Amino acid sequence: MQTTLKINGESWTLDVDPRTSLLDALRHHLDLTGTKKGCDHGQCGACTIILNGRRINSCLTLAVMHDGDEITTIEGLGEPGRLNPMQEAFVRHDGYQCGYCTPGQIMSATGMLDEVSQGWPSHVSASLEGDVPLSREEVAERMSGNLCRCSAYPGIVRAIRETAGEVSE
Amino acid sequence: MNKHLKMDAPQKRVLDETAQGTLGRPLDRPEGPLKVSGRAAYSAEYQLPNMATGVLVRATITHGRMTSLNDEAVRGMPGILGVFTGERFLRNPAQGGAGKAPVQGASEVAYLGQPVALVVAETFEQARHAAQQLRPTFAGEPADTHPEHAAQVDRPDKKQLDQGDVDGAMQAAAASVDVVYTTPPHSSAPMEPHASVAEWQGDRLILRGSYQMLKYNKKELADAIGVAPENVRILSPYVGGGFGSKLGIAPEAVSAALAARELGRPVRVVMSRQQVFEGTMRRSETRQRLRLAVDADGVLTALEHDARVSNLPGESFSEPVQQATHFLYRGENRRHENEIARVHRTCAGSVRAPGEAVGMLALEAAMDELAEAAGIDPIELRKRNIPDTHPENGIPYSARSLAECLDEGARRFGWGQRDLRPGQRREGEWLIGIGVAAAARPNILSDSRARVTLREDATALVETDMTDIGTGTYSVLSQLAAEMLGLPVESVEVRLGDTDLPPAAGSGGSWGASSSGSSVFLACRGIRETLARRIGCGAEALTLQDGVATGGNRRETLRDLLAEGSIEVEGHIEPGETAKEVSQASYGAHFVEVAVSAVTGEVRVRRMLGVFAAGRILNEKTARSQCHGGMIWGIGSALTEEIAHDPRDGHIVNRDLAEYHIPVNMDVPDLDVTFLEERDDHASPIQSKGIGELGISGAGAAVINAIYNACGVRVRDYPATPDKIIAQLAE
Amino acid sequence: MRPFDYMRAEDLQAATEAKGNGATVIAGGTNLLDLMKLEVMAPERLVDITRLDLHNTERTSGGGLRIGALVTNSDLAANPDVRRNWPVLSRALLAGATGQLRNKATTGGNLLQRTRCYYFYDTAMPCNKREPGSGCHARTGFNRIHAILGASDKCIATHPSDMAVAMRALDAEVEVQGSGGTRRMGLDALYRLPGDTPHIETSLAEGEIITAVILPPPPTAATQVYRKVRDRSSYAFALVSVAAVVAMDGARIREARLAFGGLGPMPWRDGEVERALEGQEPSDALFDCASDILLRDAQGQGSNDFKIPLARRTLKAVLREVTRTEAPA
Repeated sequence: MQTTLKINGESWTLDVDPRTSLLDALRHHLDLTGTKKGCDHGQCGACTIILNGRRINSCLTLAVMHDGDEITTIEGLGEPGRLNPMQEAFVRHDGYQCGYCTPGQIMSATGMLDEVSQGWPSHVSASLEGDVPLSREEVAERMSGNLCRCSAYPGIVRAIRETAGEVSE
Repeated sequence: MNKHLKMDAPQKRVLDETAQGTLGRPLDRPEGPLKVSGRAAYSAEYQLPNMATGVLVRATITHGRMTSLNDEAVRGMPGILGVFTGERFLRNPAQGGAGKAPVQGASEVAYLGQPVALVVAETFEQARHAAQQLRPTFAGEPADTHPEHAAQVDRPDKKQLDQGDVDGAMQAAAASVDVVYTTPPHSSAPMEPHASVAEWQGDRLILRGSYQMLKYNKKELADAIGVAPENVRILSPYVGGGFGSKLGIAPEAVSAALAARELGRPVRVVMSRQQVFEGTMRRSETRQRLRLAVDADGVLTALEHDARVSNLPGESFSEPVQQATHFLYRGENRRHENEIARVHRTCAGSVRAPGEAVGMLALEAAMDELAEAAGIDPIELRKRNIPDTHPENGIPYSARSLAECLDEGARRFGWGQRDLRPGQRREGEWLIGIGVAAAARPNILSDSRARVTLREDATALVETDMTDIGTGTYSVLSQLAAEMLGLPVESVEVRLGDTDLPPAAGSGGSWGASSSGSSVFLACRGIRETLARRIGCGAEALTLQDGVATGGNRRETLRDLLAEGSIEVEGHIEPGETAKEVSQASYGAHFVEVAVSAVTGEVRVRRMLGVFAAGRILNEKTARSQCHGGMIWGIGSALTEEIAHDPRDGHIVNRDLAEYHIPVNMDVPDLDVTFLEERDDHASPIQSKGIGELGISGAGAAVINAIYNACGVRVRDYPATPDKIIAQLAE
Repeated sequence: MRPFDYMRAEDLQAATEAKGNGATVIAGGTNLLDLMKLEVMAPERLVDITRLDLHNTERTSGGGLRIGALVTNSDLAANPDVRRNWPVLSRALLAGATGQLRNKATTGGNLLQRTRCYYFYDTAMPCNKREPGSGCHARTGFNRIHAILGASDKCIATHPSDMAVAMRALDAEVEVQGSGGTRRMGLDALYRLPGDTPHIETSLAEGEIITAVILPPPPTAATQVYRKVRDRSSYAFALVSVAAVVAMDGARIREARLAFGGLGPMPWRDGEVERALEGQEPSDALFDCASDILLRDAQGQGSNDFKIPLARRTLKAVLREVTRTEAPA
């Protein structure tokens, strides 16, 4: 099936088996392998991308369902020599070890900060209304959809809070 | 030129004299920008021309034979290129360091979930569907699947110890405990599933695979597919986590290689997450009995630590539960009984810190129980029982800072304010407590080689088949070379993960950084000798800093000294007598504060501190991250992680990341890690010791001990899920 | 994943027709694709309804809330009106899944998600829900996450939703569109107990699609609480969860609406529990009595026996919280 995806500002038309997940379309058909497959069932978050402004698991949707949709992957954020502030903070705080979950963490963090800026509460928010203070706990809860078996969570939380301007190092 | 050292004697602290000042600093990882931008390529990500995709098929019986592949219908499906099985297929991965193929033959089934066939198609979607539709037929045989009910239980002589009179010491004790702890099976669950891309170039196999110990993996793969090792090249520049599960060659690599040879085109095989759970190594469950006795002074007189673990029939590996117990504490009367129940479950092998990861869960919780029974502070009890010499073989210890770790941790954590009586602190429905445990992990040096080239432009190239599985190898090797050669760290390039490069120790057993680091150190020492000759001074008198050499009243830039040619040296470290003459280990202490819900039994870790001493720290940032990782694994093993085997057929019931609960971000508080300054001259010429598994050792026990202090519930059956807490906690 | 024909529905009629002709509806896809990858579900035809106009949340003329079936879990949880007036629903949504999943999962899909029973998920294992007549492997197997209420000897699976638990406590109704028109029903009527036919989970007819969920007007002067107990502090299904909407009248409980997750094959509600509480002065003895009623027919299956005391403890704590009653010393 023919599908056109707008990825990182560029339009791609591909002809895929309807069974192709958005994740596999990126990895197998477009050579955008920065988006990782850790479980293929929405249980690890390594495949997180931003779809029409929202972070999602790209493994749990079909490429053909996204004709015309806008997608941002890790390749769209920055590259070595021109990293964005979140990517730089992950390097500085060692918010990774093996690096496999890292693109998903960074995409998730990017989408998450946007959710916070819209005032979305979380499970750990004391109140459902009002501004969200980006405490360590708020970041940890909102990032719990991204597993890291190396367990770089302390660095991940610091990198995100620093990028959000909550703490300075 | 070669520079070789067999570690037969303590070594001089050369790295305390070098001038660059790079080593040990918390520098960012050089490969970091590639990782955070998605440009670091992991093995499944090599898109080769004409590549086909294979998907593995599992056995659906526990034990018996595959009687027919039953593949006719599947072969006719769209895009299918072949269905492969056979006597060269692996039953399970090789054990770490095997260097030869593990048990082969897909027709014999030893556990439910064993890979038995590979379906290869043009696309992943086609291969996956065909693999799901392939229904081989099997003839089942009876099988033991539970270690407590196994008919065959091995008790190997070399795994038993009986020293003195434990029973007598227990009877004469001023205080004692006799307790049984159980730990469930664990899964390494690296985030990158096992993946291989196999490509034949003539008679030579190029395998892009996700592996930890390439020099062994090359031999294992060659043996499995029946070619000479020199005809196999493995590339693993980036490995998405291993934790033991990628120590030995695994079924996906062998099946990909065989299919690629047959089809004459590259084949990619990636295990599904479910297959990683079922078809790679698990950590064995354990049942451990601890009998500890102290005299009136709180000195251990008896230390018995027995274990029952399991594995498949015929597997030589058994979880070395007492690995730290051997040397950690006093006790002249000692006993270790080890039983290996033979069961038809997924193969048991090394998972991060084999031995300590579960042995210390039991020993360090039992020590907490003993402290209470004896009326001694848990830290004091441990300090009183630090042995003068190894309690089983009498050899002395090398650098050992256990007491210092305990004291420093107590000071930083506020241990003095602890109420020894459980259940004394409450905040709303939450009961608060703190706990402590010791950490220890034997140090191992392993044969390792690296080639270092100091090029004419005063940059250095480090080459070795060592891997970086997240452990920081790229960082520490570049810092070592920079330190030794007096270069800015940016001037050092490190190439890893290629079996065409000098063979290294590989990543396992926490030996990677010290062993590969020592080989780089030695190569650089050789380079320094050449530089000293060129400048005209003795090697001892040479100072290298920021690309400038000073010695014998001369001062030259490295570029000038290198005008007559680059310098290439291969360093080779070999373990020697110091491994036997002294007991070498890294030590530490964990401090944990938990909150336990008096309503639901849910546990939250609120604070956690680890104080560690592991010889010279090579990069404080990556070392700290390794410790974070270990401590969080400790939280997981204390609170959430458990493979559940089906009681009837032994298969792994919770074989995905939704139901096998590794800790999520929310489970983890901000962790505090402190390193104590230490040098271990016996460990290696760089005075460093292993750190990758130290952080997990004892960490979970500290959590369990904190739970007891919080609410008075002593969980002896890990993990401490809410059901086990409320079973003992009054409403 | 089996090959399928994919069609995108341009309007609701096309969608209901396709479903009537045997197509499976896909929206968020977070559970359906999960199951299709394992061939636990293997539809021959998919009808994609994501571009239908079912994305709005608006007040009804009667003061209730009409939630379009395609409203994502995130949008619903963050909806200011929901946060203010139906906080138990926001709380339940936020306690479920992850940020990424909530951004994709829809209201209708959340209601219709399948059980997380390990044996349902493994096509090599018998399962009456997946393959009627093959047997229930969970009953005699590992059943930590399974039901203690409402199960049958054919199936002991639980419904995994958090959102649906809150909706049940809020007396939500689903609006359903079929070839024969529109109808509304409560969640009690939507879900079916497993009995002898655990593969039939809802009372939706062949061509029917959930188009909306309707909440009655916000409960007045009620305290709303959602409490979830799970095996890790985030991203895990409920062992037990309680949604409570309780209003006081002076010292007495005027109205109590309680629904439970993790206990049964559907979001569980028991009118007798509520009647036992209403009109009474809160006390631990009363809460014990309510728990006794809730759990009078509870049956553990072995690995999930703990859910019985856990449900009691959790319910009592929630009742203390909503009635501001101190725990006995």
